[in-house]
Amino acid sequence: MSRVRVCHLYPKELNIYADRGNIAVLKRRLEWRGHHIEVHECGLGESLPLDADFYYLGGGQDRDQLLVAADLATVKGDHLRSVVADGAVMLAVCGGYQLAGHGYTGVNGVRMPGIGILDADTVAGSTRLIGDVAIDIDIEGRQLTVVGFENHAGRTHVGSGSVPLGTVRYGHGNNDSDHTEGARTGRAIGTYLHGPLLPKNPDFADLLLEWALAHATGITCELAPLDDEIETSAHDAALARRGSRPS
Amino acid sequence: MALCGRSIVCLTAPRGNVARLPLAFAVACARAVGTLSRRLGKGGGTSAPGRVLLGVRPGAVGELAARLPDGTVMVSATNGKTTTSRLLGSCITAKGWSTVANSAGANLFFGVATALLDPGIISGTTTFGVFEVDEFALPSVVDQVAPRVLLLMNVFRDQLDRYGELESILDSWAQMISRLPTTTTLVLNADDPAIAALDDGRHPVVWFGLDDPSVASAQMAHAADSTRCRRCAHDLGYAWSTVGHMGEWACPQCGAHRPSRDVSATRVELLGVGAVRLEMRTPQGSISTQVALPGLHNAYNVVAATAAALALGVEPEIIGAALAQADAAFGRAERVEIDGKSLVLLLAKNPAGANVTIQTVQLDPAPLHLLVSLNDRTADGRDVSWIWDVDYEMLLPRIAHLTVTGDRAYELALRFVYAGFPRERIQIELGAEAALDSALDALEGDGVLYVLPTYTAMLELRSILVNRGALRAYWEHV
Ligand SMILES: [Zn+2]
Repeated sequence: MSRVRVCHLYPKELNIYADRGNIAVLKRRLEWRGHHIEVHECGLGESLPLDADFYYLGGGQDRDQLLVAADLATVKGDHLRSVVADGAVMLAVCGGYQLAGHGYTGVNGVRMPGIGILDADTVAGSTRLIGDVAIDIDIEGRQLTVVGFENHAGRTHVGSGSVPLGTVRYGHGNNDSDHTEGARTGRAIGTYLHGPLLPKNPDFADLLLEWALAHATGITCELAPLDDEIETSAHDAALARRGSRPS
Repeated sequence: MALCGRSIVCLTAPRGNVARLPLAFAVACARAVGTLSRRLGKGGGTSAPGRVLLGVRPGAVGELAARLPDGTVMVSATNGKTTTSRLLGSCITAKGWSTVANSAGANLFFGVATALLDPGIISGTTTFGVFEVDEFALPSVVDQVAPRVLLLMNVFRDQLDRYGELESILDSWAQMISRLPTTTTLVLNADDPAIAALDDGRHPVVWFGLDDPSVASAQMAHAADSTRCRRCAHDLGYAWSTVGHMGEWACPQCGAHRPSRDVSATRVELLGVGAVRLEMRTPQGSISTQVALPGLHNAYNVVAATAAALALGVEPEIIGAALAQADAAFGRAERVEIDGKSLVLLLAKNPAGANVTIQTVQLDPAPLHLLVSLNDRTADGRDVSWIWDVDYEMLLPRIAHLTVTGDRAYELALRFVYAGFPRERIQIELGAEAALDSALDALEGDGVLYVLPTYTAMLELRSILVNRGALRAYWEHV
């Protein structure tokens, strides 16, 4: 039995894509296996706790994302870079993904700086990329198909310092042109997939939790299987409905 | 929207190829399309006739509305516009005005146009119009028809794939108001800071709100949004809150605060899942009423309808009784008897709406039988993330039986699983018919089944109930 510490960053500002659902999945899937989890919320102006195993950054609307960008630049960015460099897990979704990269240039040309944990840069396009999305992921020899929903104006391009998280099976992904989605450096992941992401992608959730446990204990281990019938059905239903969705 | 019969639209003449038909003839043509639509079993034809009308006579909406001597009222909000329009319609009818309304929930531009095909407008017997209008469509409708009274009730985060547009709705409403003649009276919700900010100082305003802290809570629901000051962006402070971000608000930085209420519910009693009782203070004396609609959100609908009715000159002494006589709009706290059992349809289409629904069903002291249905079609919102912002957790200890259904039944089931509900106790039925049967089968004694559907899921369940003879079709529901 181990203790995992999760730091939920800016829950008040970055929460529009049901980020609460992702946190609930981390919590339950550890507890069902007998582990302890502590979720610490960290808001604007508060200093970053350095002892967490998992840092979560969600999505927000533009106005709130600006406040967060400023806070990352002045209060938390340096510390977040160093804990992630030391092997803590980071999952950044939507707006959080953009800020985990080098930054975001809006339609008006205004630049919102990121923290550069991921080698990815985002520029706003003239249309929003909205809809169902599925991506194929290959991480540490594991092949997963991850499903979700995307809604973003930004077009993100991943540089050589990160790898794309996955390849787009359907949907838009990073930029609607190079068929990549998300970005990853080590245990730091950014993605546009929400819906929320983790409930119907239990294998992906478990991969992140194994990393968090490894960070917490120093020991790499595989998590015991759970009854994932509903999770798997939700995942497979999303894939199966592609192209035959009622309007 | 989905039911309007796509194949009918091809009957519309291409724009520009048709000479402007005389108004009465254009109306007759468009009405014929509605009749045909129903005959072909394509549904109520609640929008297609309006499309035809605008195709043959582009200015018809303004022209027809101008023939209403008592004018029009328009109602918009994220939540409650259908019920409030119904309550208001009841007050107007009691006053003796002959009204036309788009009561079937067809609230986009063409839905309003279709309602204006009412034969009484051409013949001169219909004198007033009550229209509920979609938040996004409102400016386009108002620009054609300046209403005598414009009732704006609330703005909540709606389906998330429209999100980001909350700000743009408010901006477009502010611009719309700046274009409105000052003869239009605004009826505004003082408790919603985003609505309160729409007062431009040019128009007469009637403010309404709730002033009974005993039904408020000190804590905000998870889905609460727009909690920042519209003037200076500082976090707002709340002495108490009612529904979502509505309540007794003030900005600690710039001093903006809840406007004082002209029409105010000074006492609110929640009478279980059946009704609310209100005592209201108005400039013309107090009004008491009991309305057969449950929950705090319906208290808002009642106060809003009362404020708008007073602004239209309805006599205060007839308002209480008129409100009490109104019945539920379709799918909104609508009670249905089927096979000797009772069910209540409670539309739950966004986090704020779903949270008030959850508060409402908890007013029933009996163990709860729930049928929850989640669709993700265009009218529901394609993105179902919003269910994670609904506080289903509060219901869990009260649930006796839970059935989930809809296009996204499995994801709805996961919402309950990760809230902590035992997965083996969730009945997942992919088909609406099977789900309804299974939920009704589990019902014992004189219990009530609470049905919480999204918009298209509600239409689907309602049509099953219509086929079984338990309900009238929605286009007959006036
Ligand atoms: Zn302020």
